[in-house]
Amino acid sequence: MTNQNTISRESDLSGGEYKWGFVTDVETDLAPKGLSEDIVRLISAKKEEPGWLLEWRLRAYRHWVKLNESEGEPDWAMIDYPGIDYQDIYYYAAPKGTNEAPKSLDDVDPEMLATFEKLGIPLQERAALAGVAVDAVFDSVSVATTMEKQLGELGIIFCSFGNAVKNHPELVKKYLGSVVPYTDNFFATLNAAVFTDGSFVYIPPGVKCPIELMTYFRINTEGSGQFERTLIIADEGAYVSYLEGCTAPFRKTSQLHAATVELVALDNSEIKYSTIQNWFPGTPDGEGGVYNFVTKRGRADTDAKISWTQVETGSAITWKYPSVILKGDNSVGEFFSVALANNHQQADTGTKMIHIGKNTKSTIVSKGISAGKGNNTYRGQVQIMPGAENAVNHTQCDSLLVGDECGAHTVPYIEVRNPTARLEHEASTSKVSDDQLFYLMARGLSEEEAHHMIITGWSREVFKELPFEFALEAAQLLKVSLEGAVG
Amino acid sequence: MLEIKNLHASVVDIDDSEILRGIDLTVNKGEVHAIMGPNGSGKSTLVNVLMGRFDYEVTAGDILVNNESILALRPDQRAHLGMFLAFQYPAEIPGVRPWQFLKAALDSKAEANGEEKMSVRTFSKLFDEKVEAVGINPNLVKRSLNEGFSGGEKKRNEMLQLEVLKPTLAVLDETDSGLDVDALRIVAEGVNSMRSPERSFIVVTHYQRLLNYITPDVVHILVNGKIVKAGGAELALEVEKNGYKSYLAAAGANA
Repeated sequence: MTNQNTISRESDLSGGEYKWGFVTDVETDLAPKGLSEDIVRLISAKKEEPGWLLEWRLRAYRHWVKLNESEGEPDWAMIDYPGIDYQDIYYYAAPKGTNEAPKSLDDVDPEMLATFEKLGIPLQERAALAGVAVDAVFDSVSVATTMEKQLGELGIIFCSFGNAVKNHPELVKKYLGSVVPYTDNFFATLNAAVFTDGSFVYIPPGVKCPIELMTYFRINTEGSGQFERTLIIADEGAYVSYLEGCTAPFRKTSQLHAATVELVALDNSEIKYSTIQNWFPGTPDGEGGVYNFVTKRGRADTDAKISWTQVETGSAITWKYPSVILKGDNSVGEFFSVALANNHQQADTGTKMIHIGKNTKSTIVSKGISAGKGNNTYRGQVQIMPGAENAVNHTQCDSLLVGDECGAHTVPYIEVRNPTARLEHEASTSKVSDDQLFYLMARGLSEEEAHHMIITGWSREVFKELPFEFALEAAQLLKVSLEGAVG
Repeated sequence: MLEIKNLHASVVDIDDSEILRGIDLTVNKGEVHAIMGPNGSGKSTLVNVLMGRFDYEVTAGDILVNNESILALRPDQRAHLGMFLAFQYPAEIPGVRPWQFLKAALDSKAEANGEEKMSVRTFSKLFDEKVEAVGINPNLVKRSLNEGFSGGEKKRNEMLQLEVLKPTLAVLDETDSGLDVDALRIVAEGVNSMRSPERSFIVVTHYQRLLNYITPDVVHILVNGKIVKAGGAELALEVEKNGYKSYLAAAGANA
């Protein structure tokens, strides 16, 4: 009796290994663990900040202490994790020798440059060739900003947040907290108190930024949190496309990442913000990994457009809702997302579109992929305010399940306070079908290749919103994140 | 080329579900065989088992390709050997372009056989040529694989793959009785243009109509999981005239 060797139908896609889990041996300047008013003052002093910024931080800190004593962390998301001990985190970890920001790449620790090489960041000359300007944030300090000079000729400011505070305080003071106030939410409040660096972009009126701007974030130090703050301002009629990438080394303890991003799109301008998030997701058994609690929001003035595109493959926990306040008439907000939850990852992500101006329009395309024991939740809010005549929203939420132990959830909130609004909501849940797998395999693709092709095809609507090279990177990242002992 | 010996197969994990009950069939190089049978005779099961679909289990017998058993091979490995299944209902794969899919299929085959991958340029040229040859709307192949394709377009797309992948053993699953004349012609043209001394075909069909366009070397009648009769092309005409009644009665199955 012969038994036909059948293909395992429970495709084990869970064994994928994290490929960015190396640690760089750089001497680090650490402030003591724990959070206190002194630490906030120390961070501000280390960064030689002006008094108004320290004041702002302290107000945020005091507010956070109150929040922490009263309601604590927000608990409405569909995520489950052991409590975070805020006194057991390093709030300041700078690679040694970078208290003074490096003047050029020659001043940067070669170990660190090697790290960025490993990450495949187009630093140095490669940046120019690739047409990308890069700001790299290592732990919490901005390491090198390429092409600053070339951009400067157009009046574009692209630098670390710290440098912006020093060199362009009027811009920072005017816009910091204008979209995400320090009272916004628990994590944004924490970020306001202890943020250490991040990126700053200003595009002057009428200037179309000719290259993609990119920031690369990496958490290196064990037990450290990363609290970067990004502020992007597109002045009237300006355009910028900005991309951020994130990785962290393989650690068995969890790391906290609580970033804040504020976008200000003044009249008739456009900001396109793309994220490839690949923070360490934890081991396949659910140990360690980055807790990613991020607040991202933009304000679009008259005729302005803000577009968020995200590919979220990493982190043990993702809590993230890039949002747009459609304040000006005819403004446009977009959100395109692919979120993957594999092994024990939990993703609760989505967007908020708040329509205030007339004839405002928003589009939401959310694609959630769940594999292993992963849990993926889309949480979205579309709000049409009374003055938003003729507002239009289109929402599409698709979930894809790989295996039988994962979960997909959709939680859309819709609030309409103007009868002229038009809203559409579509949702679907599908599985990679045996028919699809067999069809591709019968043509010669391995089971793993077949899965990958089906999943990236399914995500294409979002990938095509990414700049070309990053679309390739995103597809590759999905493949690696889903890699396992298949076949 | 292909030898099927006393093949028994059932549905995985279902007791008493034997569908193929001892099939013997030999297809030599360059031959075209037709397998005909009534609904429920096991035609679909046979093509799926040949290609290694995971829902079926071979409980006895063997399948040899070039004198080697393929029972232990996965569908992709069978494809690498030169086997091809033209699907009756090809799956729809959203977001995957036919071009990208076919290049990946060709690459995996080349890689498995230690051959050099075709360059993008050469492939593009070949692809465009074949798209024109099989008469697919060029706009269609820029979209998602099989998604929103009409029945005829799906058939053309299967023939496109057949012509690009150039298998040595092609199995065409046309078990459905609902093929329109247009689709029949497309399939027939595909087979006839690809017919060569090096390539064998198995055409599975319910009706004789398809065989008006393709002249088989051998016709087999499959009833109740067994081949009950084999003959020349004239056998198909006889079935067309008298139906499967007498075979069903002989096999003791319900008509």
